[in-house]
Amino acid sequence: MTQVMTDAVLAQDSESPEIGRAGAPMPVATRDARTAEYVALFDDVDRTSEPQWLGAQRRASIECFATLGFPTTKNEDWHFTSVASLLEQSYAPVATGSLALAERDIEQFRFEGEWQTLVFLNGNFVAHLSDVEASAKLYAGPLRRALSDERYARVIEQHHGGLADTRTHAFTALNSAFSGDGAFVHAPAGTVAPRNVHLIFVSDDSAQGALLSPRNLIVMEHHAEATVVESYVSLGNANYLTNAVTEVYVADGARLRHYKIQRESLRAYHVGSWYANQGRDCAYEAFSFAVGADLSRTNIATLLDGEGSHVSLDGLYLVNGEQTVDHQTSVIHAKESCTSHELYKGVMDGESHAVFNGKVYVRPEAQKTDGKQSNNNLLLSEGARVDTKPQLEIYADDVKCTHGATIGPVDSTALFYLKSRGIGPEIALRLLTYAFAAEVLEELTIPAVRDELEKLAFERFAVGA
Amino acid sequence: MDSRFRGNDETLRNTSPIQTQVMLDITALRAGIAEREILKGIDLNIKPGEVHAVMGPNGSGKSTLAQVLAGNPAYEVLGGSAIYNGEELLELEPEVRAQKGIFLAFQYPVEIPGVTNAYFLRSAYNEIRKARGEDEVDPLEFLDLIEERMKLVEMDASMLNRSVNAGFSGGEKKRNEILQMAVLQPRLAILDETDSGLDIDALRIVAGGVNALRRPDNATIVVTHYQRLLNYIVPDFVHVLANGRIVRSGGKELALELEERGYDWLLDAA
Repeated sequence: MTQVMTDAVLAQDSESPEIGRAGAPMPVATRDARTAEYVALFDDVDRTSEPQWLGAQRRASIECFATLGFPTTKNEDWHFTSVASLLEQSYAPVATGSLALAERDIEQFRFEGEWQTLVFLNGNFVAHLSDVEASAKLYAGPLRRALSDERYARVIEQHHGGLADTRTHAFTALNSAFSGDGAFVHAPAGTVAPRNVHLIFVSDDSAQGALLSPRNLIVMEHHAEATVVESYVSLGNANYLTNAVTEVYVADGARLRHYKIQRESLRAYHVGSWYANQGRDCAYEAFSFAVGADLSRTNIATLLDGEGSHVSLDGLYLVNGEQTVDHQTSVIHAKESCTSHELYKGVMDGESHAVFNGKVYVRPEAQKTDGKQSNNNLLLSEGARVDTKPQLEIYADDVKCTHGATIGPVDSTALFYLKSRGIGPEIALRLLTYAFAAEVLEELTIPAVRDELEKLAFERFAVGA
Repeated sequence: MDSRFRGNDETLRNTSPIQTQVMLDITALRAGIAEREILKGIDLNIKPGEVHAVMGPNGSGKSTLAQVLAGNPAYEVLGGSAIYNGEELLELEPEVRAQKGIFLAFQYPVEIPGVTNAYFLRSAYNEIRKARGEDEVDPLEFLDLIEERMKLVEMDASMLNRSVNAGFSGGEKKRNEILQMAVLQPRLAILDETDSGLDIDALRIVAGGVNALRRPDNATIVVTHYQRLLNYIVPDFVHVLANGRIVRSGGKELALELEERGYDWLLDAA
């Protein structure tokens, strides 16, 4: 594999940035018309049962969205990913899809062992397949229900909308305007969540043409511990748009493992944004696994706002065919002695396209920062491409920061080694690809999730698959 | 190349009836890398049961010969032939060579994080069996087989669940190569600088493993810079490679002479 260490853009893309993958430039008129369409739909939604503060947030958000509009590739954060194909159709912002779901449909998505699972179908909470926890140790249940529960209403009001960046991120503004149900996870001070929490967002064929806007809020009080996994899965092959937002508060000494498994329909679009805020001496472990969707975009941003805290941002993306997968991460070191470790790996086959943009920003007061960032990509075909842009901005003088990116084909020496043992080229290639991908899964500290993702990765590269 | 230096030279032949069949016949082999010719005409003849040592100074082409015989695509064959059991070896893919019994113990074994030793060994073993028209082995049966072979190179069973060579010490990597050899049971084993970087204990273990695997119907090529390994794996023939050619062949006493006198006297003569 070619090792490239750089501050600059590693672009394998010689096309003009304004040209989408389909080759057709996105007309400004279409983009503006789509933006206006969603804005016009805002008033159609009945929100009379909601608290007033939420309505105010929604109104402010739709105004932000109207001003921002859908991003173009002139927008620095969207330079390598065009949303032109997503704007070719309009998506209905209110969930109208099926509410019928049976255990046998979602069995395959559950993890081994004792998990607390919340299931959402086409944007709606499915109570009979879910297991709400509302004890002194943890609340993990639907956000809508918690909003009308006086034990939680105040915590939600204090945190909801506090981190999501609606002023610069159009999709986040869109979510904040139209957000449907999602999960609220609240771990009180000093508690350890009795079970790991699994949120399964399911879409079926009746999600065709829908805009799904799950909205989650995770509040970890000081010294609390929990694990939350968000799975985005599909039971059909529908074309819909998932636009999810999760806000994450990790207070002093708290510890949160937060994983995303994105297995959307291959005709779907997925935008998922996480905004985290970390106190002192806490740990936040964020992992993104992406194999689905025609186009997916994951934004993960965290602010290290207390001394001695740690964040790990890891991920694995495996794409094929015409898929596009885009990860944007942002870590702001605002206080002393924090560590951030980041490893993203990707395997691209067919004509697929991956984008990685990782920013690490070290403020002047964040001395003794230890930041490590790498992005390694394996290209299995001539047609696959990657744009990777690891970025460091350091304004403190006593820091240790490294970053790097690699793009390349399978290591020919390793391939020869396997062949020299009698293993044919096809199996050798799959074995090495799996091995490349599996390395980052070692970062997962929940065995049930690691095993499941290893299985998914292995099946993808298994012989005859 | 003067034919009297070839391994089949009458004066050097160890004449027992079983060894009349030639296993590998290398003639005028030329090969290189990145348009640089390294092997400039190698002639070598190997029969079942024989151990050939290929020695020579750095850059003489010893490792290139090993890599070319195993089929490393990084090297280009520029001329000559290598007939292995009646078939042109140089035209076969590396995996086919392995399936037909060629094994290269690497000088620098490759690390493959994410693939366990056990999985790797079983895949290789089954691929070779499949190529020979045999059934895949039962995983439990195979475990017994590996565990037995691991004793040969004094490896701990915990190595099976570790990734192939990842984080192994130099000695562990070389022992792992010999373990693979013990499991795959090649007809022709090529050991490329297997002694490099080994302390004396590890060297004994590795050599002991190689010796235990010797059979009248298989052969070994030992590529080495130093004579030390040949105290433990005693060769029938020693060939000295210099500047891409075999400049001297002899019996095991040639290795001792090289140990004493170095390579320079042969290079001068060449």
